[in-house]
Amino acid sequence: MSPPDDRSAEGGGDLNRPGQTKGPVMEGYNFAYLDEATKRMLRRTILKAVAIPGHQIPFGAREMPLPYGWGTGGIQVTAAILGPSDTLKVIDQGADDTTNAVSIRRFFTRVAGVATTERTAEATIIQTRHRIPEQALREDQVIVYQVPQPEPLSRLEPRRAETKRLHSLADYGLMHVRLYEDIARYGHIAKAYDYPVMVNGRYLMAPSPIPAFDNPKMDRMPALQLFGAGREKRIYAVPPYTEVRSLDFEDHPFRPIRAPHACALCGSRESYLDEVITDDRGGRLFVCSDTDYCSGRVALREAAE
Amino acid sequence: MSTLTPGFADPVLDAQATFRAVLEAMSRPGRIQRAGTGLRPPAPMMPAAAAVLLALADSGTTLWQDAGTDAEAWLRFHCGAPFAAMPAEAAFVLATGAPPVIADLNAGSEEEPERGATLIVQVAALEEGAGWRLSGPGIEREHRLAVTGLPSDFVAAWARNRGRFPRGVDVILCAGERIAALPRTVAIAEG
Repeated sequence: MSPPDDRSAEGGGDLNRPGQTKGPVMEGYNFAYLDEATKRMLRRTILKAVAIPGHQIPFGAREMPLPYGWGTGGIQVTAAILGPSDTLKVIDQGADDTTNAVSIRRFFTRVAGVATTERTAEATIIQTRHRIPEQALREDQVIVYQVPQPEPLSRLEPRRAETKRLHSLADYGLMHVRLYEDIARYGHIAKAYDYPVMVNGRYLMAPSPIPAFDNPKMDRMPALQLFGAGREKRIYAVPPYTEVRSLDFEDHPFRPIRAPHACALCGSRESYLDEVITDDRGGRLFVCSDTDYCSGRVALREAAE
Repeated sequence: MSTLTPGFADPVLDAQATFRAVLEAMSRPGRIQRAGTGLRPPAPMMPAAAAVLLALADSGTTLWQDAGTDAEAWLRFHCGAPFAAMPAEAAFVLATGAPPVIADLNAGSEEEPERGATLIVQVAALEEGAGWRLSGPGIEREHRLAVTGLPSDFVAAWARNRGRFPRGVDVILCAGERIAALPRTVAIAEG
């Protein structure tokens, strides 16, 4: 057995599969946890999803060793595409060091022996919950979104049979009325996350609960974007360089929202910020939600000093 | 019956590598990927076409092929996929000779376009940088792809296939160990 390296401090014996990345992986599991028949089903679904941009495709979601709402859809998509030469990054609300991100990274280290990273630039697959990294993604990267509710019309039309029909007819008047009602009531579109988009001019799509700030990054992104919803059992995709337009009106154009502050750590005025409450007397500060972006900028500044 | 040649040397990792090649091909139409290195499927099946079917077809997908009895026995053993009597009934259609008319294949429904078939066509040669001008999702400006060995009316048939989006058929072109894909969204201009 090879000595444990720094990226996998635990796990069972070696799988000893030719071509497999070395590193202790758990015995008794297939590569990347899922059985091959399940992977084939997922892979067929993913290919059709790429061929029909923005269209939700039902799939036989399996029970995964984590609860619904923690990324069961994303983790199944990642398991279906992951190979031994991939480098995996997992973020939760932009952070690499939160429970969800750490446990999913450790899961794939243990069941697939893949390399993991916290650096956006080093990753070939990025699984994300509710953010798109600040650093622009490249052609050789794939981003996998964890999706709680894949149906953008779900709050407006609860019947699945009916939303399917609306998608087939490209009848999205319901959503336009919903946005219009916001304008009539509040004077602006009051949707800060999971802001609906049109993909390739045909399908209305839920971008997962990323902030509306991130929506423009989806438009003509060089990387392939895959979406997995485990509880709702749907997969959809946006191919590279595909038009993704946030819904809006001519007189109320889409505006990405960002807190009007600079990051307290790195000073960025471009990145998406989290508000952190520091005491019970109203003290607060704003920091980058993307931890890799922020620490990279801090390191650059320290190197310059 | 002749002796059956082996499938993937590593069923898990070879299937994954083949799938990623197909995914990359489908995501970037007209870019050529490699698949099936080392496979020796019965003639006239090419290694790339055999690899695509090994990676994606199984007991849950219907298959139609025109490659003859040796190929059928090979696919039955390695994929375990049920064979369809007609191309129109199949989820995967393998064409080693003249491909069936695209309009005759299953194109899915308006509500479930994902049921549209995947047509795997073996061609004589695939080259990037010349020939067709491709545009659509997955392509930044234009990809060029030269395909040798398709029927002369393919581009016209493809325009009709693309015209009924979201219904449609997706095509995977195979030449030896090279593959390129044409998802139903891609527009083909000749020359």
